[in-house]
Amino acid sequence: MAWFARSKENIDRSAIKATDTMPDGMWVKCPDCKEILYKKQLEDNLFTCPKCDKHFRIGSDEYFLILLDDGVFVEHAATLIPDDPLGFVDTKPYPTRVADAIRKTDLKESMRLVTGSIEQIPVVLGAMDFDFIGGSMGSVVGEKFARGIDIAIATQTPYIMISSSGGARMQEAALSLMQMAKTSAKLAQLANARLPYISILTDPTTGGVTASFAMLGDVNIAEPKALIAFAGPRVVEQTIRKKLPPGFQRAEFLLEHGFADMVVHRKEMKQTVAKVLRQLHTLPL
Amino acid sequence: MAATALEFEKPITDLEAKIEEMRSLGESVDLSEEILMMEQKVEVLRQEIFENLTRWQRVQLARHPERPYTLDYVNTLTPDFTELHGDRGVHDDPAIVGGFGTIEGIGSVLFVGHQKGRDTKQNVYRNFGMPNPEGYRKALRLFKLAEKFRRPVICLLDTPGAFPGLEAEERGQAEAIARNLFEMSKLEVPIIIVVIGEGASGGALGIGVGDRVLMLENSWYSVISPESCSSILWRSWGFKEQAAEALKLTAPDLLSIGVIDRIVPEPLGGAHRDPDQMFATLRDVLVEEITALRTTEEFEHGKALERRVKKFSKMGYWKDEN
Ligand SMILES: [Zn+2]
Repeated sequence: MAWFARSKENIDRSAIKATDTMPDGMWVKCPDCKEILYKKQLEDNLFTCPKCDKHFRIGSDEYFLILLDDGVFVEHAATLIPDDPLGFVDTKPYPTRVADAIRKTDLKESMRLVTGSIEQIPVVLGAMDFDFIGGSMGSVVGEKFARGIDIAIATQTPYIMISSSGGARMQEAALSLMQMAKTSAKLAQLANARLPYISILTDPTTGGVTASFAMLGDVNIAEPKALIAFAGPRVVEQTIRKKLPPGFQRAEFLLEHGFADMVVHRKEMKQTVAKVLRQLHTLPL
Repeated sequence: MAATALEFEKPITDLEAKIEEMRSLGESVDLSEEILMMEQKVEVLRQEIFENLTRWQRVQLARHPERPYTLDYVNTLTPDFTELHGDRGVHDDPAIVGGFGTIEGIGSVLFVGHQKGRDTKQNVYRNFGMPNPEGYRKALRLFKLAEKFRRPVICLLDTPGAFPGLEAEERGQAEAIARNLFEMSKLEVPIIIVVIGEGASGGALGIGVGDRVLMLENSWYSVISPESCSSILWRSWGFKEQAAEALKLTAPDLLSIGVIDRIVPEPLGGAHRDPDQMFATLRDVLVEEITALRTTEEFEHGKALERRVKKFSKMGYWKDEN
């Protein structure tokens, strides 16, 4: 299913990029526990609620800051932007949709690729931005992902991907579908090079992204309560004509059913990733 | 055998009905010349309609209830097809079938394909060709068998999508598909993919990574069905024709953007109009493709991943602002 299959009830709109949703106010209300939080306090808490641990949705900028040593990184393939090979028009032309997204988010695509280090371990790191057309995967995401693996192999560096996506980008039709094959084949190359691949699944990760690179981690790490699915909850409910049980398709559910290795609080993410990398990867002296 | 006519075929069936009427009158009056003329007219009309199919009309042909399905092909192409069942974990998923069989001129090959049902009862059994994770895992088990015994793999794609059910999610539909993409990309035997009907999204691609990707002339392949695309982008079910146009989901479309390698021609009017001809065409194409693959240097053992990465890395378009 694609990014658009989300429903308002199932994907918490209030969680959109914390920094954008509270530009003026000093205070923000936690949508889960209704606690009134001081904005700075939330930020210091890595955009998680100090009272109920709700993980607010954040973007690539915040993740780079949280995970990378001193927040320092070099960005790669930053100038790639979507093309429109199909001349796709629905209620508006695809290029207009892209231009709107670029203007609205100040991003060029729904994924960014960087190199940096995590507790002194050099890494290649990709991160998705859900704000950019629902974090959907088109040709640019596939290409950035592929280039990230090329860099990882060339530098003998582990690869880490932070997913947040509604799935495939419909406006690139079959080409977006093929990015699932492209990214998975590149991961097979990374595996042959015996370099670790850590997949970090954040809220929400669905559709073609889940059914390709997000599920293929040597180690899959999910953020608490993140929605992780192939078919979105609304589509499943329509299929079975029943309400889904609470917690269905959430991170803890995936852990229980064997599809995530661990559920890790954002505050422990960096040290956990570093620990796993040290356990899997022989570091150059 | 009169096949079920689609709406856009009505001008043809109307004329054919008229000819029948004239024939029955022919017992009293000689109308043979008029009938001959009418028959020629029907043929011209048929040519015209099928040379100018819209994308939505092709989608309808791909879903035609009498269209040949995977087991129809497999049982005709191989005299000894032996179906193998089960994922060795949970159960056997009848929405995906697989097994080995001998094709004359090639030898033993593995066939894996989505399987739709012909009637309601069969469709309930086959889940309308919508696999659960066990279907993908069974396919993977068979792919590994093919690799072990060095047999080429032929996958026939025909699904409205992977099943979006509760148990499917619980048992890891996404992981099952992802795992297949990963494993198929490095399987050390030639893999030929043929979209024979509907190639809907990850559910199709889950058995769709290979060295050569072919589509039957009237099949479709995309990231979403025109109906779902319509409901999401237009927020109404009523724009399926427009969605089919926008998605560019036909074989000629996908050949032009480099997603597929070859179009397999269908008999005039669609595969169901002359299944025997369709089977014969596909047999010839498969023999040709596999023979070619076997004699290419690139297909040496140990090079599968390299050639598939090369193939799929080329798929995509972007602009570089630099
Ligand atoms: Zn809270």
